Amino acid sequence: EEDGRPKWDNKFQYILSCVGFAVGLGNVWRFPYLCQIHGGGAFLIPYFIALLFEGIPLLHLELALGQYVRKGSIGAWNTVSPYLGGVGAGTWMASVLVSLYYNTVLTWVMWYFINSFQEPLPWSVCPLNENRTGLNEECYESTAVNYFWYRKTLNITPDVTESGTLQWWLILCLAACWAIVYLCTIRGIETTGKAIYVTALFPYLVLTIFLIHGLSLPGATDGLTYLFTPNLNALKNPRIWLDAATQIFFSLSLAVGGLIAFSSYNPPKNDCEKDAVTVAIVNSLTSLYASIPVFSVLGFKATTGYWDCLDRNILNIINEFDLPEESIMRQNYTAWISFLNSSYPEKIAGVKLKTCDLQEFLDQSVSGTGLAFIIFTQAITLMPGSQAWAILFFTMLFCLGLSSMFGNIEGVFTPLLELQVFKSTPKELLSGIICLISFLIALCFTLASGSYWIDIFDSYAGSLPLLVIAFFEVIGVAYVYKIKRFSKDVKQMTGRKPNLYWQMTWKFISPLLLLIVFVAFVTLQTHKPPSYAAWNPKYEGFPMKEEKVYPPWVVSICVLLAALPCVFIPLGALFHLIK
Amino acid sequence: MLRVLLLTISVLAVAHAELCKPDAQNAFKVRLSIKTALGDNAYAWDANEEYLFKAMVAFAMRRYSSKSTTQISNVLLCNMTGRVSFWFVVTDSSKNVTTVPGSEVEAAIRMNRNRINSAFLLNDKTLQFLQITSTLSPPVEPSTPVWLIIFGVVLCLIVAGIVFLIVGGIRKHKKKNKEPAERENLEEKGEVNVTVENGIPCEVLDLKAGHINGVFAADDERFTPL
Repeated sequence: EEDGRPKWDNKFQYILSCVGFAVGLGNVWRFPYLCQIHGGGAFLIPYFIALLFEGIPLLHLELALGQYVRKGSIGAWNTVSPYLGGVGAGTWMASVLVSLYYNTVLTWVMWYFINSFQEPLPWSVCPLNENRTGLNEECYESTAVNYFWYRKTLNITPDVTESGTLQWWLILCLAACWAIVYLCTIRGIETTGKAIYVTALFPYLVLTIFLIHGLSLPGATDGLTYLFTPNLNALKNPRIWLDAATQIFFSLSLAVGGLIAFSSYNPPKNDCEKDAVTVAIVNSLTSLYASIPVFSVLGFKATTGYWDCLDRNILNIINEFDLPEESIMRQNYTAWISFLNSSYPEKIAGVKLKTCDLQEFLDQSVSGTGLAFIIFTQAITLMPGSQAWAILFFTMLFCLGLSSMFGNIEGVFTPLLELQVFKSTPKELLSGIICLISFLIALCFTLASGSYWIDIFDSYAGSLPLLVIAFFEVIGVAYVYKIKRFSKDVKQMTGRKPNLYWQMTWKFISPLLLLIVFVAFVTLQTHKPPSYAAWNPKYEGFPMKEEKVYPPWVVSICVLLAALPCVFIPLGALFHLIK
Repeated sequence: MLRVLLLTISVLAVAHAELCKPDAQNAFKVRLSIKTALGDNAYAWDANEEYLFKAMVAFAMRRYSSKSTTQISNVLLCNMTGRVSFWFVVTDSSKNVTTVPGSEVEAAIRMNRNRINSAFLLNDKTLQFLQITSTLSPPVEPSTPVWLIIFGVVLCLIVAGIVFLIVGGIRKHKKKNKEPAERENLEEKGEVNVTVENGIPCEVLDLKAGHINGVFAADDERFTPL
């Protein structure tokens, strides 16, 4: 290329990078959860509507823009209109904030990965207490997996205001994660392009392995029927439409500038329309594909939990009544219970029997880190050969997160490379500085209260500003740059004018949808004081989490995080006006 | 004679019944879960197994107190159920019709728990002495935690990769810097090795690349006649 701009080795590398960026941890641990709580198969309807009217148009917009202007997000938006330079700066800021906390999640994945090489797995047994008379109390009250996550990994404090100390094992893992990110992004897309072949394709391999194994587990069919049975009544709840719209939006990693950066390295004559549709469809299909093994395993876990509950009850009964072993089996349990209830009611009442209900076990829905680090890890301990499954699972999560990190880092890296001040710095040095500074700032997430802060970043920095930025992106291109001009640019690249679908969505439907989603989102967040669930061993309802309200200074940080990327937009316009 | 014998036997029986009954003083309840532990290889609990149990308890008492006075007949079992669970007491042969204190029995069983378990192919969970808690074994902790070793391996690989890429980058950068410097040196000396191709010096082609096609600028003679 004449302008010396790096380029992709081939088209497949570019598509794979975009797919890897879009397909992340959310596809595995948020989409199946949303399906579960929003009436199973019925969730797919608002999901695909949102994909059609919000996801694909915005994706096409970003890819086309980056490809035409051939600059990172800051330069691209400056080219669209000098008044919109703030949008570019906002996406850059959002990229920085997301990169910071996203890599800490990978730190947790790495910690679990390096702990998966032990027999038995450290999260499968409770440690003994100090005088070795019994199991550790916190572990005994909750479960071994909960204890390992909250105590051995996070060493969490009961309150967000108690920062605690830096956890040295997490610092080591954080350093390793940032070193891996540096290793892969050291020369920009030259190196990520090679790494993406592994990090983007390996998760599919592991998902297939888990799919085959998961379907062979007992109880898998219960989990799957529970997940996919459509409950069309759920469509009446406006929450399902909001969740579908936000899920599509965040799942495609829009408005963080990574996609603009990726497409800016494309040759000018590239069919960005087809690319956008391909990436969006692959992302959605991956979500669906991932939910099958996830729910097979969850069904297996629920069934095992149900059987354990039954077995414990049976043992208590035969101990109390001195019945021979194997006289009561799971199959004739209910018959025996009714017989004993009628013959020895007081004795049965003396035996503290728990009600075992399979539905109750299936209803325990968790998303996010809880799904991966508590539920799934417990299910893995129940499988034979758990070390291998744990290693596979955490490697897959790491690859999923890493390929998304590439996009985040490119969103930070590419605009910086184009600034005059960094034109002469070698790429290796610039990426090293970015990774080092990010590592130092992210150290605050390795504090004992770090996981509370990650939740704050995820809820406030990684959600609201992106909606605002995306809204201004669409408005900026549709009304400031003008759709006619943009359509001509796209025609120059793809060879055909964007048809009515694109015109309608870019001009009217997508901005309207974004506005509605934004308003609904803000209303939901603000109608009650922001609260969080704290892990407090001294809480009377332990092991349930304690609902606490954020103190005012934390709320102000939340507001700051949400406002910081957004404030660049008016600032940029003002700055240019004054100039 | 027969009457005296019958009387002593009945007295003994009554005495035994008095000594060994559920919740009696110094009596312990034992519960076995043979089918859970051994599955298909489970043995049936019969009088022979009971005899072995009495022998193991007597052995434990002998070993603990190191006076060889406890006999198998001193161990009394009662209230056998289908669960397999029963109560037992250890009588003191020196003092008639009394039982050995529970603390002594407990200590003796604790000391020899492993031997008793192995005799029945069971463990602490499947051969339960309900009033005797077992001391939990300490977890096996290797000197260096395993995760630290794995972490070291991973970190070494990453650092090696980074060093390799940086060194490669520096080398490429140096090569790029060396090439224009070499070209400048040669031009200064004036001894340019002119490579000639098809009668035309390559330099001419280089300088006029994209503007004038040096080949076409040459004589028509260069072209082979049709």
